[in-house]
Amino acid sequence: MKRTVCFGAAVATLLSTGAGFADEGDTLAEVKGRDQLICGVNAGLVGFASPDANGNWTGFDIAICKAVAAAVLGDPTKVKYVPTTGQTRFTALASGEVDILSRNSTWTFSRDTDLNLDFAGINYYDGQGFMVPRSLGVSSAKELGGATICIQTGTTTELNLADYFRANNMEYQPVNIDSNAEGEQQYMAGACDAYTTDASGLAATRAAFANPDDHIILPEIISKEPLGPVVRHGDNNWGDIVRWTLYALIAAEEYGVTSANIDELASNSENPEVQRLLGTTGDLGAMIGLDADWAKRAIKASGNYGEIFAKTIGEETPIGLARGLNAQWTQGGLIYAMPFR
Amino acid sequence: MSEIHAQSVPYVRDTMLPPAAPPSRQTGVVRWLRMNLFSGWFNTVLTILGIGIIWFLFHHFWPWLSHSVWKADSVQQCREIIAARWGEGATGGCFAVIRERWHQYLFGFYPRAGYWRPIMTMGLLFIAITPVLFSVSPAIRRWVLAATGLITILLMGVAETPDWSVILMWALFGIALLMAEYAPRRLFIFTVLYPVVAIWLLWGGSLWYPLMLLAGFAVGYGVIRAVPPRRSGLATFLAIAAAVIWWLFLAEPVSGLLQDMAAMRLMPVDSNDFGGFLLAVVIGVSGIAMSLPLGIVLALARRSDMFLVHIFSVIFIEFIRGVPLITLLFVASLLLNYFLPPGTNFDIILRVIIMVTIFAAAYMAEVIRGGLAALPRGQYEAADSLGLNYWQAQRLIILPQALKISIPGIVGTFIGMFKDTTLVGLIGLFDPLKGISDFVRSNFAWKGIYWEPFIFVGLIFFVICFSMSRYSMYLERRLSRENR
Repeated sequence: MKRTVCFGAAVATLLSTGAGFADEGDTLAEVKGRDQLICGVNAGLVGFASPDANGNWTGFDIAICKAVAAAVLGDPTKVKYVPTTGQTRFTALASGEVDILSRNSTWTFSRDTDLNLDFAGINYYDGQGFMVPRSLGVSSAKELGGATICIQTGTTTELNLADYFRANNMEYQPVNIDSNAEGEQQYMAGACDAYTTDASGLAATRAAFANPDDHIILPEIISKEPLGPVVRHGDNNWGDIVRWTLYALIAAEEYGVTSANIDELASNSENPEVQRLLGTTGDLGAMIGLDADWAKRAIKASGNYGEIFAKTIGEETPIGLARGLNAQWTQGGLIYAMPFR
Repeated sequence: MSEIHAQSVPYVRDTMLPPAAPPSRQTGVVRWLRMNLFSGWFNTVLTILGIGIIWFLFHHFWPWLSHSVWKADSVQQCREIIAARWGEGATGGCFAVIRERWHQYLFGFYPRAGYWRPIMTMGLLFIAITPVLFSVSPAIRRWVLAATGLITILLMGVAETPDWSVILMWALFGIALLMAEYAPRRLFIFTVLYPVVAIWLLWGGSLWYPLMLLAGFAVGYGVIRAVPPRRSGLATFLAIAAAVIWWLFLAEPVSGLLQDMAAMRLMPVDSNDFGGFLLAVVIGVSGIAMSLPLGIVLALARRSDMFLVHIFSVIFIEFIRGVPLITLLFVASLLLNYFLPPGTNFDIILRVIIMVTIFAAAYMAEVIRGGLAALPRGQYEAADSLGLNYWQAQRLIILPQALKISIPGIVGTFIGMFKDTTLVGLIGLFDPLKGISDFVRSNFAWKGIYWEPFIFVGLIFFVICFSMSRYSMYLERRLSRENR
């Protein structure tokens, strides 16, 4: 048991207020001193964050934590995963309980400004969709007038749904549910005609059904849900580290750097962008307080953006998400890393 | 028989008829049914309704339960097995998920190699509570100790325990059994030492540190004994000061020194790795153990004549009772961090235990106040007439009776509190009901599982809560016998 545990509250407040506040805003030093990155994650979301039978976390959001830990501490395993819920996630970050929040959170105006958070970039472009049983005979969300719809309470999806139906002059009957598992249960039991949540969640849910072909995901996407890692407002250097680690993963895919060929490219690549990215030339790492190899380690941790996508949620996995909007800008998608220069 | 009636003798039977069986409607099953199930039209209707409900439930759930699959790697495989075995369209439970993930439902992320530690802690818990809960009857005490000891050692054997701790466990239970026979009061030593041992076993690290924390109390006690008894106020003050100085400045270096001399170290386990029933029991037991004394103090304070003491306890109780537990948990997990300096690592489980304790204590205080109010005035006056001071009167006369009256309420609060431990899922801890189930479902192999975890967790909760309730009934019977 840790020493601070027993009288941490009283003593620490009395003795170390001054010393404590001197460190505020220097997350990098704190993480290095602790030799561990504390990463706030989803307590369980198929493909994005999921602990296995032995307690090892894997997933699309987890890969970001690993990459940042590899870049900063040199070891992708030096991460402590703190599960957060929809209600606790932003407070956990703001109060300093976690260093970074990698937990499919939508980048919105008020979260960025009012909550004093900084979104370090976007790693997944999601959007809200609908799933209906094929037997309903509906092929477009526009035909859902008068339908009962299962909807998770207290989320942005609830507000989007209301907006969409109002804009299209349709009526609907909400069936409020508490969690994704309950939503599936209600939908399968026929308590609602349609189930709505983020399209990635719908795809995963549908894939887990006994008869996936009996259900269709309607083509309409009714909202923008840009998801990405979040850091506290005010520690700009730490924000830069997280942002550019994400960009390093994305740029690596664009330049064809993979976890397999990275060592080779680091020594003999002719491409100046690759050389700068992997620290062969230039001194980009020093500008954010890290060494020259930081990006190389981050990419090695679980591969470049494309590899991570394919391994965790891509079409080869049971979840089977297509790249779609999340393809590289060169492939007609929205994924775009700022230049390494 | 007289001679006068001799002539009438031939008309008298000289053998008795064998007793006839009662009419068939007054005997056996039929009578039982008539008495218990069909006495009067109202009861008949109720019986038929009841049978109907039972049949309905059975009809609905039995096929699902009887089609259960216990061996599979994923939900999809479960479905295939059910379809193959019972035909297309059949539904069934997929309890294979419990088979694969039971360890996480019980221990969360606790390292597998360390499972023996919580098991041993649980076994030792029974030694610790025996002198408190089963103090009167030697037979029951013997039985409880022997049974829990054997079960613990058996489980430790299954969980790949290092030999030294199994031997230690045999020795401890042996000593405990002997003490329970010959010096039951000495068993309290176990109870006092138990928290230190439990903290060390569960969280690991150096044993010396918790021991040195405990030594703080010894330091305080030593100071009290050293100061002449006339100056009791001064002695208390000095004792508290000495203990605090010990805890703040000396405990750590001394334990470090001792650790260097004789290393007593277990692999440390982080609080975030606790989960499932381990977490529920840790929070539940600590909350129960601490909320009862705190509740008694609060109840006495509320009835106190001292204005400030009274008013503070009223404010505390009413405030805590007016706020939902969820709010307190959010305060514990989130708000406290704003007030503590950055980098302070105030253990999350400890924070939750504190909040749960003060929450339960407020309810406990009102339950006990009810017991205090139910005592006749004569009891207080009797205590006064004996010349007892306030604390003596409370300890010897008032509280034993008040607590006895409040047993059902106290146990009710305990049971409620134990069930409330599942609420910690809302602040991101892995409670057995929602936390563990959510992350098990987040694995694609088990996505789509819904009822099975609820049934499994519900059963375990039922067993624990039901045994608490049975214990309280045993306690009431035992105490009322004393009263006769």
